[in-house]
Amino acid sequence: MPATERRIIYRHIDEPGYTIDLACYQRHGGYEVLRKAIARKPEELTQEVKDSGLKGRGGAGFPTGVKWGFLDRKSGKPVYLICNADESEPGTYKDRQIIYKDPHQLIEGTVLSAYAIQAKLAFIYIRGEMFGGFTILERAIEEARAANFVGNNILGSGYSVDIIVHRGAGCYICGEETGLIESLEGKRAYPRIKPPYFPAVLGLYNCPTIVNNVETLCQVKHVVDMGGKEFAKIGVPGDSGTHIWGISGHVAKPGYYEIESGKATVRDLLYDFGGGPPAGRTIKAVIPGGVSMKILRMGEKFKVKLPDGSAGEWGVLDIPLDSGSFAQCGTSLGTSGMIFMDDTTDMVEALANLNAFYAHESCGQCTPCREGSLWLKKITARVCDGGGRMEDIDLVKTIADQVAGRTICAHGEAVAWPCQSNVPKFRDEWEAKIRAQIHAREHPEGAAATARTGLRLV
Amino acid sequence: MSAPATNLVTINVDGRDYQVPAGLNLIDALELFGLEIPHYCYHPKLTVAGNCRMCLVETGMPMRDRATNQIIIEPDGRMKIGWGPKPAVACTTNCSGGLHVRTNTPVVKDCREGVMEFLLVNHPLDCPICDQAGECKLQEFATDYGRGYSRFVEEKNVKPKRTRLGPRVMLDDERCILCSRCVRFCDEIVKDPVLGFIDRGSYSTLTCYPGRELDNNYSLNTVDICPVGALTSTDFRFKMRVWFLKPAPSICTESSVGVNTEVWSREGKIYRITPRDNNAVNDCWMSDSGRELYKIVESPLRIDFFAVDNGKCTADKALTRATELLKAGGVGYIGSAQSSLEEQFLLWQLVKAELGPVSFVSHPGKGDGLLISNDATPNLRGAFLTGLLKELPKANIDDLRRKVESGAIKTLFVVHEDLAALGFSEDLLRRTQVIYLGTHANPTSDHAHVVLPGQMVFEKTGSFVNQQWRMQRFFQAVPGPTGTAPDIQVLSQLIARVTGSAATTASPDSIWQLLAANIAPLSGWSWESLGMQGRVLNASAWAHIPFPEGKSRHFDPAAVTAVKAG
Repeated sequence: MPATERRIIYRHIDEPGYTIDLACYQRHGGYEVLRKAIARKPEELTQEVKDSGLKGRGGAGFPTGVKWGFLDRKSGKPVYLICNADESEPGTYKDRQIIYKDPHQLIEGTVLSAYAIQAKLAFIYIRGEMFGGFTILERAIEEARAANFVGNNILGSGYSVDIIVHRGAGCYICGEETGLIESLEGKRAYPRIKPPYFPAVLGLYNCPTIVNNVETLCQVKHVVDMGGKEFAKIGVPGDSGTHIWGISGHVAKPGYYEIESGKATVRDLLYDFGGGPPAGRTIKAVIPGGVSMKILRMGEKFKVKLPDGSAGEWGVLDIPLDSGSFAQCGTSLGTSGMIFMDDTTDMVEALANLNAFYAHESCGQCTPCREGSLWLKKITARVCDGGGRMEDIDLVKTIADQVAGRTICAHGEAVAWPCQSNVPKFRDEWEAKIRAQIHAREHPEGAAATARTGLRLV
Repeated sequence: MSAPATNLVTINVDGRDYQVPAGLNLIDALELFGLEIPHYCYHPKLTVAGNCRMCLVETGMPMRDRATNQIIIEPDGRMKIGWGPKPAVACTTNCSGGLHVRTNTPVVKDCREGVMEFLLVNHPLDCPICDQAGECKLQEFATDYGRGYSRFVEEKNVKPKRTRLGPRVMLDDERCILCSRCVRFCDEIVKDPVLGFIDRGSYSTLTCYPGRELDNNYSLNTVDICPVGALTSTDFRFKMRVWFLKPAPSICTESSVGVNTEVWSREGKIYRITPRDNNAVNDCWMSDSGRELYKIVESPLRIDFFAVDNGKCTADKALTRATELLKAGGVGYIGSAQSSLEEQFLLWQLVKAELGPVSFVSHPGKGDGLLISNDATPNLRGAFLTGLLKELPKANIDDLRRKVESGAIKTLFVVHEDLAALGFSEDLLRRTQVIYLGTHANPTSDHAHVVLPGQMVFEKTGSFVNQQWRMQRFFQAVPGPTGTAPDIQVLSQLIARVTGSAATTASPDSIWQLLAANIAPLSGWSWESLGMQGRVLNASAWAHIPFPEGKSRHFDPAAVTAVKAG
């Protein structure tokens, strides 16, 4: 039986006749969860979120309830909620759908969460390029404010919170939560040092701040609606709820699919949802979620512990779609934007493309990421341009090793992980490519034979 | 590093225990024990940036049993340490009891080698033409912690080599490691946030705010704290290799703040002045204007000869003539707050030998609240201490001038000051018998009957009393011009002649024996006891004097009376 979607967040998205206006949202039960929840105590709502086991959907997968629990309540400073709508990870486009097609769901989730953590003010930090999304959110907030779902004394509860939509200026690092906070404060988006700048203690304007992803805040709405314990029954233990999988790359039907956590495998995603690779091709590699996650090579086998506790072995296609399973395979589902690459892909070019992206997006604050990312880009670009040397293979890997874990923010890992996984896993391709280049340099008369075969990415 | 001795905690570094003040920054704490954690962006006087990543170390804390909250002890009796999963930057680590640090592991070595390699991949390696060479942290740490070879074969980033940030500071972008020390200095110390970064990643560039310049009077401190050769002084640039220079500890004479300095010279020529650390006075900063004071050392107006009646002569002849004039009586004295304490003391001895009224002239400055005060002289308080002054000097010496006009005073012994600027007409100057002791020619020296050449602060050794009543020493950096002698020699020989006693060779040490014997607050003090950070004296005797200084970096006039003897 083919795997099927379970749409919770995306329930109405792409539904014929479903529009982004408040009236439509309310016809579909919109703001009813807020209406009921705002009569409850905030602590009850945070407890629901804790009970739900909901993990953040921004890529790191940190449990939302635990994050909320870190809030510094003793300082007496105002608490802020920030919705991270700076969706910029290549291969990821799940939040964009919510913003563009169901903005009120995000607003309801934001107000609910703001109420739960008793935030004084909420912000939606939206990626600068999503100008359409910005105007949609602005209009939707205006509607919600007029209907008293946002603003002063919401629904007569005595609780007031406003939402400010702030546009970024087109910088990937603004998606890093402390970079985002700096940017929101009007500064250069240099991520902050942790410790001491944990947002829950010293966040926006050095006040306790929670930064949650768009999808996370929408999930909160459904957690509160269903009740945390009920929500926890969706999916698998350790990763409750649904994941919105964005598939791209070499598949027949790229797109987004909301799937109950752990209830389908990579194989299902590829064939049942994605329609399989293009005719006559086979899949060679998969990046699980957002390009910074470690790549998987078809044919890899993973020794794992199955849900019943017994030992098992998975191939790449066998991996269930939940965070724990990917972690067992040495990678992570990240933002659940899966990229498939078929046998026409030149893996060196693929890495060169990523290296170019990360070098371009490194903010330049700390040394390893700033210099490492550009160096990696230069090396892989050179190898793609025919100037490869055998020692470049280990060089790429060791440079990446010098970056990961030594930077101010996780951009260092984003730079390093693709290299650290691609190089060892596709070493044969690297060697073959460079061997051909060396041969071509030594025998220039036959150079045409070694012309680039793969898709030109850089 | 002055750290409070209270509240010590034990930290463990590479297996050895150290007692350090709680909460102290780990880099500073280890420096107390002479242990170095290499760093670029961290600066003890600025906020922590944590961006260079050179100070990565492994840190851990003792593990506690979850049930009992007791520290877990291993079978061998040692605490079980929970080491962090990733290396941590020492600059954001504050010392707390039980902190364990490893600085000599393969991981830390690899971190340092990695950061050094990264810092150098786009570095131009133009040490042969770089002013920083010889005092460059890139050179030092590359030697100490780098791999010693490069794996980089790509083309380096090309950036502007000479960007004018301001009138005194030049930026070489290629050398910049983006540590942000200069940015933080301008933001936090001078409160003149003109510097910042533009562009991204490895192409990031230090720049000034559009339409602004780095032109505040502290801009050259950015050159001092730049760990590499990115920021250079337009004045010092390309003038001299630093390893040829020798530093002499000195005190800035710009104002009564008494900024501690180092005067760098080679073969008798001064090339630059930089601040010297004194956490009680100037931290590690000084003004740009103070750094230029050496430029008048080689002035054409420099007096480098003894003279009588405008004719060059021997020291003996000049001193003999001066003695004659003094002994003829009717003498008035004009002292100087530019003089050292020792010189002022000797002048007071001269006054006591040949009595006459003593005047000083006030030199008001424009205090900036940082390191320049409202008093543009370095040693006004010294004059009170020695007894030359009983009350604050006025801007004029009209009382004295009237006595000269009336003929009550025939001879004036003038140190440094210019009578023409103090209302003495040409005619009056001509009628007055002036003995002038100073370093530079002025209308007064032109008319003087006797000219005694003085030496500048860089050419002699002595002490000043700053606004905090802190006694601070300065040392000779370069010899005075041929033909000059230290002021204390000139004065002590003059005293010997006037009093008819045997001349002795005066030295700060010998004068200090007299100071300690004659000046109550200095009782028991000696030249050596002043140390390199100065010594605050009990100034309660002068608590009623309304000195002109306002608040500055380490000075609050309201707090001075509360200061007890050091």
